[in-house]
Amino acid sequence: MPVEVKVPSVLRGLVAGSRTVEGRGATVGQLLDDLERRYPGIRGRLVSSTGDLYQFVNIYVNDEDIRFLKQLDTPVSERDVISILPALAGGS
Amino acid sequence: MAAGRNPSILTPEQIQRYSRHIIMPQVGGLGQKKLMAARVLLVGAGGLGSPVAMYLAAAGVGTIGLVDGDVVDLSNLQRQILHDTDDVGRPKVESARDRLGALNPEVEVVGHRAVLASDNVMEIIADYDIVVNGADNFPTRYLVNDACYFAGKPLVDGSILLFEGQATTFLPGKGCYRCLYPAPPPPGVVPSCAEAGVFGALCATIGSVQATETIKLILGIGESLAGRLLLYDALAMDFRMLRYRRNPRCPVCGDAPTITELIDYEAFCGVPAPVAVAP
Repeated sequence: MPVEVKVPSVLRGLVAGSRTVEGRGATVGQLLDDLERRYPGIRGRLVSSTGDLYQFVNIYVNDEDIRFLKQLDTPVSERDVISILPALAGGS
Repeated sequence: MAAGRNPSILTPEQIQRYSRHIIMPQVGGLGQKKLMAARVLLVGAGGLGSPVAMYLAAAGVGTIGLVDGDVVDLSNLQRQILHDTDDVGRPKVESARDRLGALNPEVEVVGHRAVLASDNVMEIIADYDIVVNGADNFPTRYLVNDACYFAGKPLVDGSILLFEGQATTFLPGKGCYRCLYPAPPPPGVVPSCAEAGVFGALCATIGSVQATETIKLILGIGESLAGRLLLYDALAMDFRMLRYRRNPRCPVCGDAPTITELIDYEAFCGVPAPVAVAP
């Protein structure tokens, strides 16, 4: 069951410029593993070498931050929309 | 005090100038007087600060403070509508004061030509009711967040990069920047507007949202973005809303805070301290 993943501008270089990609997995962590197979390097931009979501990246399942759900173990299902959201500092 | 500022009765000229606001019951004469008594600090007189300042001045916000240590550069003019071609080389707080004064001479514009830092931020924000963030770097964003939380001030936040923007309002006790982004990225991971580029008209979209939030807070109307993060993707023309909440484990606004005073934000973000522009 593919799940829609919205990719922010700063990571689109890793996914051939796409704004959304499809991924498979029962949890957010599995979904990222699946994306990594097709878009090498993307997982490392989101998850540290110890396997934790970086503190400066948020991943949402629909409109909820997985940090307040089950982190990378948060379940995903077909109709969910996953959003990757990096902090932006620009203002000028 | 300039004539007409914060009066007990609106003058006929003020009633005419602000008539399209005053005619709406959500604003009215009382709301207009609240706007004229309000004091708002803008952090940055650049891409976001420009549209925010223009709309707040047009609305008659009585005192607009601007913190910016930069001078106008030709590359700013693609988006920073506070400044003109003739302003290149001038301090941004000065060209901003001229522009806002021409738009609405009733508004008092206070320029703080400084780089915000731990040793000046509390003193600067003390004079204002609301702070609007248009900073262009992570250390200033964490600094302003912590300072506003400690001072109990609402912080209207916005950020932009490439074709995307984010906006929200942090109300003390309802979540802060650290609840949303617990730690900054390592230097170099997220590029700046100067490094990666920024779409000019995007500043107006996000800045207009910040001006709207600020005016709503002053008037006490509507629902703020507190607890919600607005995301805008200009290429897709997609607006979305994500939720956030106060993190009980937040080091600043959580249940057992570990950061109770301002810290060294350059060290926290792993970047060298900014260099103040010589006056």
